[in-house]
Amino acid sequence: MTMTTRRSLLATGAALGALPLHRARAQAANTVKIGVLNDQSGLYRDVNGPGSVACTRQAIADLGATLRGMNVEVVVADHQNRPDVGVNIARQWFDRDGVDMVIDVPTSSVALAVAQVAREKNKVYINSSGATSDLTGSACTPNTLHWTYDTYMLAKSTGGAMVRAGGDTWYFITADYAFGHALERDTTRFITAAGGRVLGSVRTPFPGTTDFSSFLVQAQASRAKVVGLANAGGDTINSIKQAAEFGLTRRGTKLAALLMFISDVHALGLETAQGLVCTETFYWDLNDNTRAFTARVLPNMPGGLRPGMAQAGCYSGTMHYLKAVLEMGVAAAKADGAATVARMKQMPVQDDAFGATSIRADGRRIMPAYLLEVKTPAESRGPWDYYKLLQTTSADEAFRPLSEGGCPLVRS
Amino acid sequence: MLEFLETITGVPTPLLFGQILLGLINGAFYAMLSLGLAVIFGLLNIINFTHGAQFMMGAFVAWMLLTWLGLGYWWALILAPLIVGATGVVIERLMISRLYKLDHLYGLLLTFGIGLMIEGFFRNQYGSSGLPYRIPAELSGAWDLGFMFMPVYRGWVVVFSLVVCLATWLVIEKTRLGAYLRAATENAALVQAFGVNVPRMITLTYGAGVALAALAGVLAAPIYSVNPQMGTNLIIVVFAVVVIGGMGSILGSVLTGFGLGVIEGLTKVYWPEASATVIFVIMAIVLLTRPAGLFGRA
Repeated sequence: MTMTTRRSLLATGAALGALPLHRARAQAANTVKIGVLNDQSGLYRDVNGPGSVACTRQAIADLGATLRGMNVEVVVADHQNRPDVGVNIARQWFDRDGVDMVIDVPTSSVALAVAQVAREKNKVYINSSGATSDLTGSACTPNTLHWTYDTYMLAKSTGGAMVRAGGDTWYFITADYAFGHALERDTTRFITAAGGRVLGSVRTPFPGTTDFSSFLVQAQASRAKVVGLANAGGDTINSIKQAAEFGLTRRGTKLAALLMFISDVHALGLETAQGLVCTETFYWDLNDNTRAFTARVLPNMPGGLRPGMAQAGCYSGTMHYLKAVLEMGVAAAKADGAATVARMKQMPVQDDAFGATSIRADGRRIMPAYLLEVKTPAESRGPWDYYKLLQTTSADEAFRPLSEGGCPLVRS
Repeated sequence: MLEFLETITGVPTPLLFGQILLGLINGAFYAMLSLGLAVIFGLLNIINFTHGAQFMMGAFVAWMLLTWLGLGYWWALILAPLIVGATGVVIERLMISRLYKLDHLYGLLLTFGIGLMIEGFFRNQYGSSGLPYRIPAELSGAWDLGFMFMPVYRGWVVVFSLVVCLATWLVIEKTRLGAYLRAATENAALVQAFGVNVPRMITLTYGAGVALAALAGVLAAPIYSVNPQMGTNLIIVVFAVVVIGGMGSILGSVLTGFGLGVIEGLTKVYWPEASATVIFVIMAIVLLTRPAGLFGRA
C-alpha cells in the first residue's frame, strides 16, 4: 500500500514536473531573448543604464500584436565599464542563458571585446552606446551593427563646426581608453584637413578621474583656441563644470564637448552649459514622432530623464531586430546571427525615434546628424527644452565613407 | 634656480607651481577624509568603509537643504555634518557596536556593505549624472595669479580644511576629552571605572568621524558634481593615504594627505596616465619598507 502510494506519488510528481517542462520547451522555440548590457551603476548610467532597458521594452510594447505570439524576453546586466566583466556576461548569456541578441554596450573597450564574442558565437550584436568608429572599421564583423553614432561622425560634425568657426588650434583632454583615443584620432583628422593644428593632448585615467583642474590648466597653458573634450558622461560633466570654475571660457577659450548627451546638459544646468555645441542623432523634441515616442516611454524612464540618443537607439535597434526575426521566422533567426544581421541590412529601418534610415554593408546604420547648441536659460521654454538646431548633416555625409573604414566585409 | 628647474623638468616653472597648488587642493580632501578614518580607526578599531558614502551624503544633504529648504552653503556647512553625523550615530548604535569583540574584518565587511547600500539607494533616487550645486556668491570668482587662474573657492577649501585638521588634532592630542578618548582605546575598563561613559564616548567619536566626512562632502559639492559615486572614486585613494600615513595616526594622515595630493598633481603633468596609480605604487613601497606606515607606531 505504502509502496504503491509512494510510487504513484512519484509518478504524479514526475508528470507534473514534465508538464511545464514541455510547455517551456515549446515556448523556448518561439522565444527570442534580448540582453541589454550596459553601465547600470557608474558614470555612464544616465546615458544608457535603466533608460536603455525602458526603451528596449518600449520597442516590444510598440510592436505588440504584430509579434504574432512570439515571446520576447529581456535580460539586463551591468558590465561596470570593464571589458573582462562584459565579455564574461556575454559568454554566459550566449552559452548558458540562450540570449540571441545583445544590445547597447557603452564603453568602447567593452564594445570591441563583446563584438568578438558575438562573432564567435554567431549571435546578433547591436551596439547603440559605444562610440569607437572601429566597430565598423578594422574591427567590423558580420554580426555587428553600429546603431546610433560614432567617433567619426561626432568629430566631423562638432569638430568640423568648431574649426569653421575659427577654432584652428586645439588641445585635447582625452579619456585614456579605446573611446577617447578613437575620438581624438578622428577629430585630429578633421582639424588638420581644415588647416588647423593640435598643440597637445593629455590622457586622463579612466574610470576614476574626478578632478580635471590640473588637465584644464595644462590645456590653458598651451594657449589653444579650442579645448576638445574626448570623454563622456560624468567625465564631461566634471570637465565642463571645472572649466567654468577655472575661467577657461571667460578667457575666450572654446570648449568642444565632442560627445555630450542631454542627460549631461540636464546635470550641468543651462547656466553652466549654455552655448555649448554638440552633435546627436536623436533629440526628444525634434518632431511629432520623437515627441510621441518620448511620451510613451517617459513613464518608465528612471527619475523622469528624457531619453537620449543612445537610449532611443536601443528602441530603434530592438524594433528593427524583431521585425527581421518576424520575417525570417524565430527558428531561422535564432540559428544564425550573421544571417539575421544580413537580413537587417537589407530591410529599410523605420521607427518613431529616427524616422527612415538604412544600414550599410559594414554594419553602420546611417542617419542625419544634428549639430545642436545648448539654449540659454532665457531661451528655454520649459523642462528639458535644451537644444536649438544649428545644422543638419545628411545621412550620406554624416558618417565615414564606406571605402575609408578598412572593414574586411566591404573589401571582399 | 628656476631656470634650472625648468630645464630639468621640461615644464615651465609657473605651470609647475600651479600644479603643486592644485595638488594641495586635492590633498585637502584626502587629508580631511583620511582624518575622519584615522579618528575612527584609532579609537574604535573599525575600518570604516562607509566613509565614501558618508562623504557623498554630506554633498547630497547640502543639495537637499538648498533645494528643499532654501538653506544655502553656509548653513549646509554646519547642518550637513550634524545630520549625517547623526545617521552615523544610529548606524554605530544599531550595528557596528555589536562587532567590537570580533576581528577587524567583520567591521570592514559590515561598513562596506552599508556603504554599497547607501550608494545604491542614492543612485536609484538621483541617477548617476549628478546634481548641480553652485559655488556660494561670497566665494565665487577667481584670482589671476599671472601663471594661473585660481578660483577663490579652491583657496577657501585649502584654508578651511587646514583649520579643521588642526582643530581635530588639538582636540585629540591636547584636551582632556582627547585624553579620555586615547585612554579608552588603551584600556576601556579602567576608564569606565573612573566614571566615564565609554560606550557613549565611542558612539560620539564615530559620529564625529562621519561628520568630518560629511563636511568634506559639503566642501566638494560645488566643485565636483553631486553624484552617488563621488565617494567611491575618492575613498580608495584615501584608504591608501591612511595606510601610507600609518593607521590611526592623526598627524600622519593629514601630512600624507597633503603630500600625496601634491605628488599626484605632479604626476598629472609628467605622466598623466599614471596619475591614478601613483599613490598605490607609493603605498606598496611604504608597506614593503615600513609596514606600520610613515607615521605609525609599530
